[in-house]
Amino acid sequence: MSDTTRGFADLAPSTGAKFRQRTLPILIFAAILFAIPMAGPSRTFYTLAHQMGINIVFALSYNMILGKGGLLSFGHAVYFGLGGYLAMHAMNWIEDGVGIWGAIPMFFLPLVGFAGGALAGAIIGWPSCRKAGTTFAMISLGVAELIFAAAFMFDSFFGGEQGISGDRMNGIELFGLSMGPIDEVYWFIAFWTVVGVIGMWAFTRTPLGKLSEATRDNAQRVQFIGYNPQRVRYLVFIFAGGFAGLAGGMAAVNYEIFTPDALSLVPSGFVLIMAYVGGITYFVGPIFGAILLTYMQSMLSDFTEAWLLYLGVLFIAIVMFAPRGIAGVVFGFLDGVRGENPGRYFGRWIMRLVGILLMLMGLIVLVEVSVRWSNGYGEVYEPFGLHLGHGNVLSWLLVILPAVAGVWLTRFASKEEEGQ
Amino acid sequence: METIVFGLLNGVSYGLLLFMLSSGLTLIFSMMGVLNFAHAAFYMLGAYFAFTITGSTSFWIALFIAPVLVGLIGAVVERFGLRRVHPNGHVAELLFTFGLAYLIEEIVKIVYGKTAVDYRVPDLLNFAAFELYGASFPAYRIFVIFIAVAMLVGLWFLLKRTRAGLIIQAALTHPHMVGHLGHNVPFIFMMVFGIGCALAGLAGVMAGNIFVTDPAMAVQMGPIVFVVVVVGGIGSLEGAFLASLLIGLLQNFAVGINLKFAEIFGFLGMTDLSEVGRISVSSLAPVLPFLLLVLILIFRPQGLMGEKEL
Repeated sequence: MSDTTRGFADLAPSTGAKFRQRTLPILIFAAILFAIPMAGPSRTFYTLAHQMGINIVFALSYNMILGKGGLLSFGHAVYFGLGGYLAMHAMNWIEDGVGIWGAIPMFFLPLVGFAGGALAGAIIGWPSCRKAGTTFAMISLGVAELIFAAAFMFDSFFGGEQGISGDRMNGIELFGLSMGPIDEVYWFIAFWTVVGVIGMWAFTRTPLGKLSEATRDNAQRVQFIGYNPQRVRYLVFIFAGGFAGLAGGMAAVNYEIFTPDALSLVPSGFVLIMAYVGGITYFVGPIFGAILLTYMQSMLSDFTEAWLLYLGVLFIAIVMFAPRGIAGVVFGFLDGVRGENPGRYFGRWIMRLVGILLMLMGLIVLVEVSVRWSNGYGEVYEPFGLHLGHGNVLSWLLVILPAVAGVWLTRFASKEEEGQ
Repeated sequence: METIVFGLLNGVSYGLLLFMLSSGLTLIFSMMGVLNFAHAAFYMLGAYFAFTITGSTSFWIALFIAPVLVGLIGAVVERFGLRRVHPNGHVAELLFTFGLAYLIEEIVKIVYGKTAVDYRVPDLLNFAAFELYGASFPAYRIFVIFIAVAMLVGLWFLLKRTRAGLIIQAALTHPHMVGHLGHNVPFIFMMVFGIGCALAGLAGVMAGNIFVTDPAMAVQMGPIVFVVVVVGGIGSLEGAFLASLLIGLLQNFAVGINLKFAEIFGFLGMTDLSEVGRISVSSLAPVLPFLLLVLILIFRPQGLMGEKEL
């Protein structure tokens, strides 16, 4: 036997590498979640953190079908919403002590949500998973509209415009959590976020998870080796619906109310943006995306009313220039710094960053000045004591000069990279 | 009788409007393989441009200028946006147009404000064409039917009877061969995208004053247009035509029928007391296209006229 052949056993990662790559990140993630309450954060922070936890699970569940399954859905909020609604009803059943419900602690409501989401996925996925690609995307859109419209017809389940509300401080207490105060709800959210992340990570390691990636890359070959791609898609779809329902169950306990808006196209679009901006080719990508976009949603919307415009620009920029998302940028940076000639790489990177910041500055001035002109209240954009009206030459200089300089800098950096 | 005649007329005019939108979408899809998610946003731009141009000149000038402007914007978007994203695959292209739809809506909100603008039917056409059974039918709707049919004939003539149409059709199926014969295929793609967007803009000019011209009009129309395209069979112009008329008629007839489920299915023992029984057919009208979509996908997954996929 020649030296060029190696056994499969040698190619497998060592135990240490396995621990570093698979177990350690989750331990660190759990440790961070565990450490947060030690810092004694404020109420606002808790609210934000809960929202992030819910969105992390939601975005990861979306990536099960988009990133791993290659199915672009415009209606993933349907499963989030239906799971959440079922959990909401279960919350009320627990309060009334109907039948067996009296014996179930509020803590396990996300499991009810999981069941609801998976059931919805099983029913809706049956006709829609027959096709992949663009047709699947259009079907998901149509189904989302259908369910949203139906939500206003069946008041007994969806509660009409006011939705369904409940009270989480009922039933059996588990782990000494009454679920009343916000810092007790934190443990609930943190627990289920970690469970959701581990569950979806574990799913990618199962044969079904691997098959789902294979179906995404080449459905025909999957068929050749004896699997039915439609069934693979369908099963993955059910699981993705289930985890979305899990996030819905978390949201039900956190907000204690669910309205039909939770099923509409708006949250469906938002989860798509979260997952894609974070980076759909990486498992952690949607986690980054969920954290960043949730932060933007709650913080940026206080500063500017045009935050959706910024979101749109960010999304288009990611689609055009960084299709692997934030995770791709971060890991690409780490690889580049570790590679040869890290000094020049770092220099280019700084140049790009400055260029992007300059373009962003031009954009911000343009948008903020326009928004104030559009509102017509005579308000003027005044950053750092400057007085930037829409008739002011200085405002237009501040739009054009940084934008041009930024474009030039980023193009220069790209050219240098190509010339290397 | 009255319901039937008016349902038919309204249905046809609405269906033809839908076809104006879906024909551009189908044209773009069959050429580039990408479903333009921002199509309804271009439709909205058409309505807003028409409003601006009507304000300073007249509706008749807007009828020509606004679609051309929208088409130019579409061509620019293809040249500097879509073409860049193309190597990353169809999902990336679809997502690009999805982001674009967001962006256009937000920009329209800034430029024109968040409330509806006063875009009206021109005075010249603002009269009743005829009266039937005591109800009048607006002349503008006749005009819509006329323009839509003219556009349909024009499109058919362009694609089937001219040299340019021949090249476009060839570029649809054999882009490389057409390129080897010395035609600028990327330029053809840009033109087709521009024409598709211009058709959407034309639909916006025609529909903006029948319905409401506000920033939500794209979101309202978008999903229905996609339903039309999928029901007709993705990429098939004939299918899009059939599906547009079908959905137009279906929705308009449903609006006219004020029966409740309990009255229709009363013989099955359904009563007013149950929730399903209280739903009336007219309230179901907005949902019907989506219901049709699901039914079509279950019984004929390739759409009415679509080709069967392997």
